[in-house]
Amino acid sequence: MAIPPQAPDLDIARRRSRPGERFVVGMLLLCAVVSVLVTVGIVAVLASEAARFFAKVPLFDFLTGTRWAPLGGQIEAGDFGVLPLLNGSLMIAAGALLVGVPLGLATAIYLSEYARPRVRGVIKPVLEILAGIPTVVVGFFALNFVTPTLLRPIFGDDRVFIFNAAAGAIAVGLMILPIIASISEDAMRAVPQALREAGLGMGATKRVVSLRVVLPAALSGIAASVILGVSRAVGETMAVTIAAGNTPNLTTNFFESIQTLTAYIAQTVGGEAAAGSLRYQSLFAVGATLFVITLAMNLLSIRLVRRYRQVYQ
Amino acid sequence: MSTVAVAEAPGALRRGSTRGGAGMVLDSAYAAALFLGTFLGVLALGLLLWTVYDQGWDRLATDPGAFFGNFVSRFPARAGIKAALYGTAWLMGLTALFSFPVGVGAAVYLEEFAPKNRVTNFVEANIANLAGVPSVVYGILGLGVFVRFMGMGPSLLAGGLTLGVMSLPLIIIAAREALRAVPSSIRLAAYALGATPWQTVRHHVLPAAMPGTMTGVILSLSRAIGETAPLLVIGASVAIFNTPDDVRDPFSALPVLIFNWTGRPQPAFAEAAAAASIVLLAMLLAMNAVAIFVRNRFTTRW
Repeated sequence: MAIPPQAPDLDIARRRSRPGERFVVGMLLLCAVVSVLVTVGIVAVLASEAARFFAKVPLFDFLTGTRWAPLGGQIEAGDFGVLPLLNGSLMIAAGALLVGVPLGLATAIYLSEYARPRVRGVIKPVLEILAGIPTVVVGFFALNFVTPTLLRPIFGDDRVFIFNAAAGAIAVGLMILPIIASISEDAMRAVPQALREAGLGMGATKRVVSLRVVLPAALSGIAASVILGVSRAVGETMAVTIAAGNTPNLTTNFFESIQTLTAYIAQTVGGEAAAGSLRYQSLFAVGATLFVITLAMNLLSIRLVRRYRQVYQ
Repeated sequence: MSTVAVAEAPGALRRGSTRGGAGMVLDSAYAAALFLGTFLGVLALGLLLWTVYDQGWDRLATDPGAFFGNFVSRFPARAGIKAALYGTAWLMGLTALFSFPVGVGAAVYLEEFAPKNRVTNFVEANIANLAGVPSVVYGILGLGVFVRFMGMGPSLLAGGLTLGVMSLPLIIIAAREALRAVPSSIRLAAYALGATPWQTVRHHVLPAAMPGTMTGVILSLSRAIGETAPLLVIGASVAIFNTPDDVRDPFSALPVLIFNWTGRPQPAFAEAAAAASIVLLAMLLAMNAVAIFVRNRFTTRW
């Protein structure tokens, strides 16, 4: 055989197969190709319908328009400026970060540097449960607890709308908290123990070591977790549709009702958008916008994660 | 020697680092803040569960027969979740039927057979990206491809395929991790006895990786079952007054029903939504318990 005994060939794909096994491997390859087809499908669907939309609404108007007011039914008119929706999504993302980053990082540092194994063993599953709560239930919580029991008593019924960006942002913040906590904690635990010991050996306390040694060393992983959190927040649909309202609104007031990119999609499909109408096509234009934003952030996040893995492994 | 080392230590490290005095207060405050941050996350989960329980338990416990056995109604007191429960069960089956074989097949190919080349790298990067695509975008894919292009309409089949496609990357990632945990000595032993690569995978690697794979599959399914947005986009309805008996039937699903009820102004519907949420959470909890059981009971330690 061509395989030299001192270096066994572990690349089993090239080893001899029985007849028929090539077929099996071919089927397995086909399964892997399905995942590529999914991507092709997403891009094709978004691009084809969005192209029809942009044939009627100039891309420039879409990207710079400050009014989003599509008319219902088959009427080929209305204002299609995406900025109010984009603004809504960014408000939700910013608010969610305000909640998710401090809590998520505190949890990550606590679990990685302070918590005893038994405490870790309790908190990690709790975070997993939190991550697994269906978004529609989190939305219910935001609408029926966060707004009436938390926001309105503190800031006043007259200032806080029933549907408001703050409740949606808090709900989404709770959803991204486990993501930020778990990825950041992984990054912190990947920091070699020797670095901590060096810091402690020089007389630094645990606080100083965690803030000035571990945190900087794990920075790319933490950044990745935050970017992934933003991407999730922008893509989150149900909690914002339920709690943050459906009013395209170019505002910075978190107590007002807004509409995000995702909420527009969720609300419009349930409505009267007939296939082929401009409003139907606008779904795909908004979907394409959403896809591009989240894809860019996911790529950046994956790249950052790869970086910290390379440094310490 | 030691004084030199201290003198050369970066200022950042020395500042506030001595034990005692202001540093110690800061240290305690810092540890307390970390604990408080962690506790707030746990507290939020507790408040969420309590809110759902508080608003929904009475509705669920008063007449469970009617709640589980009735179809939806415009009168909140008579509204039930029967159609949604059936729809969710069907969806779970269809999703698993599609995503389990395809996901595991893809994982086996990538982990055991794929040559190390640019095509494989591309497929892997593609899967990592798919895992981050928002669920509502999968709904748009389902609407464009399954519902309209393939002409399935807003049917159970379209819903199951959409959720299946959405869970695919998660299942592939979980199955690959399980396959990777099987030590290469198992493979080498099989080769040494003359097994072909496929025989090795079929009889040794795959059975050994099955518990880990099943755990991942069940967890991914529990995610898929709680999803609302993709089903909403492909056109799941709540006004269904019979149980489906064909994959071409239109369908309702628990999360979609919860969304619909949450959006209604009558407080009684909010209670019904909370009651339905309790049912959904119980289902997910049961699935998670099964996943943990499978992981602990069947996983081989090498």
